[in-house]
Amino acid sequence: MADDVQISCRNMWKVFGADPKGFMSKHGGAPAPEAFVSEGYIGAVQDVSFDVHAGEILIIMGLSGSGKSTVIRCITRLNDPTTGSIMFEGSDLLAANDQEMIEIRRHKMGMVFQNFGLLPHRDVLSNVAFPLEVQGMDLATRHARAQEMVDLVGLGGRESYFPRELSGGQQQRVGIARSLAVEPDVWFLDEPFSALDPLIRAEMQDEFIRLQQMLKKTIVFITHDFEEATKLADRIGIMKDGRMVQLTTPEEMVLHPADDYVAEFARNAPRDRIVSVGAVMEKLNGKSRSTANAIDAKAKIGEVAEQVLTASKPVPVVDGDGKLAGQLSRERITKALFGSEDL
Amino acid sequence: MSVLASHHVVNGLMDRLVDPKSTLFQALAVVIVGTALGFLFDWANVWPTAWVVPIKVWISDLFRWLDKEATLGLFTVKQFTRTISWALKQPLLWTEYLLWKGAKPHQLLPIIWIAIATIAGIIAYNLRGPRIAMLVVAGIIGIVLVDSLPIIFGSIAKALRVQPLMAPEAITGISQLPADLLKATMSARKVRYVPWMTIVLGFGILGHWVGGWRLALTVVLCMGYLAVTGLWRESMKTFSLVVVAVPFSALMGLWLGVWVTRSKRAAKIITPIFDLMQATPHLAYLVPVVVMFGAGQVPALIATVIFAMPPMARCTILAIQTVPSDITESGRMSGCTPRQLLWKVQLPASQRTLLLGLNQVIMQTLAMVVICSLVGAQGLGHKLLFSLQQLKLGFATMQGAAIVLMAIVLDRITQAYANRASDYSHLEAKTFAQKHAHALIFFGMMAVTILASFYIRDVSMLSKKNLLVDSRDALELDKVIKTYTFAMIDFVRPIRDFITVHMLIPMRDFYHAIPWTVTVGVLAVLSYRMGGWTLTALTSGLMVFVILLVGNWQFAITTFYFVSTALVICVLIGVPLGVWAARSDRVAKIVMSGCDILQTFPSFIYLLPAIMLFRVGELAIITAIVPYATVPAIRYTYLGLKRIPAVTVEAAVANGCTPLQKLWKVELPVAVPEIMLGVNQTIMMGLAMTAITALIGGQDLGQEIYRALPTSDAGRGVMAGLGIATLGIIFDRLIGAWADQRKKELGVD
Repeated sequence: MADDVQISCRNMWKVFGADPKGFMSKHGGAPAPEAFVSEGYIGAVQDVSFDVHAGEILIIMGLSGSGKSTVIRCITRLNDPTTGSIMFEGSDLLAANDQEMIEIRRHKMGMVFQNFGLLPHRDVLSNVAFPLEVQGMDLATRHARAQEMVDLVGLGGRESYFPRELSGGQQQRVGIARSLAVEPDVWFLDEPFSALDPLIRAEMQDEFIRLQQMLKKTIVFITHDFEEATKLADRIGIMKDGRMVQLTTPEEMVLHPADDYVAEFARNAPRDRIVSVGAVMEKLNGKSRSTANAIDAKAKIGEVAEQVLTASKPVPVVDGDGKLAGQLSRERITKALFGSEDL
Repeated sequence: MSVLASHHVVNGLMDRLVDPKSTLFQALAVVIVGTALGFLFDWANVWPTAWVVPIKVWISDLFRWLDKEATLGLFTVKQFTRTISWALKQPLLWTEYLLWKGAKPHQLLPIIWIAIATIAGIIAYNLRGPRIAMLVVAGIIGIVLVDSLPIIFGSIAKALRVQPLMAPEAITGISQLPADLLKATMSARKVRYVPWMTIVLGFGILGHWVGGWRLALTVVLCMGYLAVTGLWRESMKTFSLVVVAVPFSALMGLWLGVWVTRSKRAAKIITPIFDLMQATPHLAYLVPVVVMFGAGQVPALIATVIFAMPPMARCTILAIQTVPSDITESGRMSGCTPRQLLWKVQLPASQRTLLLGLNQVIMQTLAMVVICSLVGAQGLGHKLLFSLQQLKLGFATMQGAAIVLMAIVLDRITQAYANRASDYSHLEAKTFAQKHAHALIFFGMMAVTILASFYIRDVSMLSKKNLLVDSRDALELDKVIKTYTFAMIDFVRPIRDFITVHMLIPMRDFYHAIPWTVTVGVLAVLSYRMGGWTLTALTSGLMVFVILLVGNWQFAITTFYFVSTALVICVLIGVPLGVWAARSDRVAKIVMSGCDILQTFPSFIYLLPAIMLFRVGELAIITAIVPYATVPAIRYTYLGLKRIPAVTVEAAVANGCTPLQKLWKVELPVAVPEIMLGVNQTIMMGLAMTAITALIGGQDLGQEIYRALPTSDAGRGVMAGLGIATLGIIFDRLIGAWADQRKKELGVD
């Protein structure tokens, strides 16, 4: 498990104020919340530690002001953290000098921004080719590569359009194409769909899933939308007041929220699409029964709800090898679907 | 009801009178103590001459020392200034040759041409990429080639001329052509500035490219005026100064602005200098420049470059700071080096702001170039100054109109370009000719007009007999104006004299009668109220050390008197106009375009109507200030009212306000901070204009600068200039602090 860690943050703090480093050392590296207030500092990120594994989609979510955007800016070193350490592919990211950082951004990182961050004076193709251009790639090669990216995000035919001539969804497609043009190892997305209308947002989420199935990038994704998080995430980290409250799978979060704050988020989550049969089934403890019409333990409860609810008896559950794992009753699935506490 | 209300007001006043913490109490205390001191001691009334610190003398000595003895290690300051003069003179010589003197291009060393082409190419490459860079370089080579056309034609003609013996009789007619060509080219080589027709049509094509037919027509008519009134040569003298000064100012401003955004230390040093420069009137720049560089075109150029640079720097800072953070961050995440980030992301993304900065630079440059006629700069300003001094009002009107029209052309074209350049939209596939139609037409027009100018002299410069309006017409106009003003003077004089004797002079005398202790004391009380001890120290310190100790108190009070009187009139005109404009979109359109036009005029022009109406004197001075300084009062009132949240106004209406109540009780109070910022601008412009009105009298700081000019008395001029800047800074800080406070109270931002 340890060798597939792509990014590793340990005890990361980001403090804003007159002299953040002095403030941190004065308080022994862990100031109390009162100290922030009394000395006029803001702790945007407080003692955050987590790993990002290769190939996973890690979603960091929280309300505005929770520090999630600052976290992503620390990992990309758009803003340097005040204290803490960041390992990127096994080397100390904070030790990289400006030139090395530029090289890392040119080849290993891609980022998508909430308000797209497109260059207004360049057309679509030239925006997408921009990261390649600053690397010094020649015109023909970079345009060929950019063209591939433009086609990939479905904007073929609009190469010569300028950002202001495109809709929000189209602009974000350009932003996505640009961030992928350098074939980054890690893909950062900072609330990429938050500025879009709900319908377009859903469409772009599907597009994102399609791209990820093709590209299998390591992804750090920021959002304030819990539903979006559960739809896309392998793991979700919830932030509140600069701290990481809980970081786990969506299912764990729905079934075992760490505190009331997380529970509040999880309350309206689409449980039918998050919770799997295995997590809510009743263990049989060695008892045996027929596996006729059995359901898969990995299936989401929403997919099997009709079958379970219309069956007169609890439905048998099998694991991946087809062996009996347990059973799921009508009562149990109802509780699971409608969020009863005692599961 | 109203009795009750007034009772209430009186009570409030009484309360404040006896409250030692109120501004009113403190101010009154200061007045009483100051006046009492004034009765007791003469020094508390008027600062004694014997106590004046000879700062002026020190400064004059400093400049003399700089000029005569100071060295910068390897070379003297004198050598240094000479070198700068020489360096600035080269491009100026070149533009002058091109625009009005006429010369052969080979007079310029090929190396200079190569340097120009290289620099332009690099700039274009950075801003627009390789294709445009190639076009620019090709354009410059084109200019050189066109410039060399006569030689080429001459050589061809010579070569052909050797041949006629071999030619059959039938084509002797044709063989005459080379001979004609040769003759024409030889004569053309004597005067070879760019023909007026090329420039006028060139501006027209440019106008069409950036703003369509309407702009093209406006531009051609305005520029045409310069040619058909026989003012072409003078216009081109002015224009060549503008052409050389603008790139210097713009590039230096850009560089300084970038520096300020990159380095906190630079920001700390440069920002206050810019504040000071902005508060210093045009005229004050001339004195040190004249002392260091002498009189003429080059000193004018230097003063202009220094004067016109801060707006560009400000716009650059604004431009870089207002690039959305998403765009800057996306540039950094794309792996830009800091230089790439600046050239490829920040500057292009804020192109519009930068181009509007360029527009300001151009307008300030023109205004300054005109004023530089006071230090012997040639051109329209020089002619205008001469006509004004001779009271040749007909000529003055024609020359003034020429300056105004040139200003309008430059303003409209740069504004249209700023809008056009930032209006990005994709092109449907077009042929090369369609894409570059304007450039092709321009080059074609250039070739035709330049060739035609070899044969037809009037294409180069209209001869006197072909002018539409000539000096006889100007004399006629002169007579007409004089007749009217003479006819009017019978009405005007009593009014002028009445206002002057019964209103202005008593007011002036009153200001002068106030002991300096009272003025400084009241200023200190107000400053403390608005911004605490820091502000108090700043304002009263400036007042004492820059004005009082120096011995400029009387002049400063006169300046204050002019500006404050003009201010009252400006507010009385400007605020109601702004309110009216905010009421009706139709009115707004007219008023705002009026403001646009007034703002385009170089400040010097405002002397013209004042002199026509009132000749010289205090009323004339105020008349010159008012139209120039009213614009911000109108604009900010309008904007202040327009920016009130609709909800606030709707609530007032829903609460049953009559329109008048709505205005007085809701809109104006909310808009007051914004209006006060307009008043602030009005004061600044008023101060700048009082300096220029030195030409028509007044015993103020401006007059001090004006008198320092011919004698090159650096100390006198510099301290008077700083005095005006001091007044400006004091007003600016006081009003700024007040508006901030008020805005915070109102919760608007």
